[in-house]
Amino acid sequence: MSKVAITVNGTLHTKEVEDRTLLVQFLRDHLGLTGTHVGCDTTQCGACTVIVDGKAVKSCTILAASIEGASVSTVEGLADGEKLHDVQAAFHEHHGLQCGFCTPGMIMASVNMIERHDGVLDEATVRHELEGNLCRCTGYHNIIKAVLSAAEKHRTAHAVAAE
Amino acid sequence: MYETTYHKPGTLQEAVSLFSEVEEAAYLSGGHTLIPTMKGRLAAPAHLIDVRRIPELSGITVGPDRIIIGAATTHATVAASEKIRALIPSLCGLAGSIGDVQVRHVGTIGGSVANNDPAADYPSAVLALDATLHTDRRSIPASEYFDGLYTTTLEPGEILVRIEFKVPEIAGYAKFRNPASRYALAAAFVARHRDGNIHVAITGAGNAGVFRWTEAEEALQARFEPDAVKGLLPDENDLMGDMHAPADYRANLVGVVTRRAVENLGGILIE
Repeated sequence: MSKVAITVNGTLHTKEVEDRTLLVQFLRDHLGLTGTHVGCDTTQCGACTVIVDGKAVKSCTILAASIEGASVSTVEGLADGEKLHDVQAAFHEHHGLQCGFCTPGMIMASVNMIERHDGVLDEATVRHELEGNLCRCTGYHNIIKAVLSAAEKHRTAHAVAAE
Repeated sequence: MYETTYHKPGTLQEAVSLFSEVEEAAYLSGGHTLIPTMKGRLAAPAHLIDVRRIPELSGITVGPDRIIIGAATTHATVAASEKIRALIPSLCGLAGSIGDVQVRHVGTIGGSVANNDPAADYPSAVLALDATLHTDRRSIPASEYFDGLYTTTLEPGEILVRIEFKVPEIAGYAKFRNPASRYALAAAFVARHRDGNIHVAITGAGNAGVFRWTEAEEALQARFEPDAVKGLLPDENDLMGDMHAPADYRANLVGVVTRRAVENLGGILIE
């Protein structure tokens, strides 16, 4: 057992967990944050994507003990009360989901992508960077539209902020 | 996953001592092969020794004719390194073609090179760029490092610390991926070194893992142009044949990716 302290969505959580505890189990089973999904459990589908210290990662393939002291963002931390995050709103507006199972991972990968590229994205880059997220319903088109729309909003907001 | 005990040593000495003191230990870097293997109960190390906090395994050093990369450097860091791009752009391209964004944020060059998966990308660059593998106890030339599928000449408990690549005059990398797994069915790293020697390293296809394709090297040595390897194929008895691709198909692909690597010197081509 290890005592693990991880900041999740701005709140520090300290838990005594087995060393074999995966980050996704830490989030879902120990903190009750079930927004992060387990899809394939083999590092392929990306449904478990969360952001650790500014990088999108697959939480099913990281030991919680190995990120002691890190800062983690999950889908639960995006909305501001009733107000959806721009990426969540864009997925809603463009109907970027059907069953919704992959959506938390898609959204966290997209949030991280838009931040890393400062909103400067084209369709080819979005498709390439979403290679690690599988959706078995929508066929991706509306997901790509949603990400491009949120990226544009990010650019506009930052351009205004810079003026 | 079976129970395991996690350790996070801060020094090389501590890591190596720990490995020798406990039973059934394994070193952990990015863990993007080891953790899935443990989840599938195909590996069950009683102790995991995480090497990512050891300072010697971090950092990228660039000299005029050498690039030295710490073993715990992630694929994303190599892909984005402007220092590396200025000298070996194909190495950045190779790193950026591994797995997907999330995998590249965690997986490490040392993990890939120590694991020696026959479909991994990095071993081809290690062979073609005549790298030296620096460990906690010695330096191993690339030609004496790879030792068959998932096997290297690293001793039990030996830690891969840094990988030193020779900067070539020019290099190119081309990969043909399995459309489902995205792993290489065949990939070629071609480098012309500053002394004029040409190295062609093939990954994804060999039944003993990564290998130097000497016939192609000789042909390219005579004439360094894509069609110099036209009609040349490796012996299919030396290649893997499996449900993804039979050996004769892989032999043809080896010819194709080698030609494409020469067509894309200074860059990469991923299909």
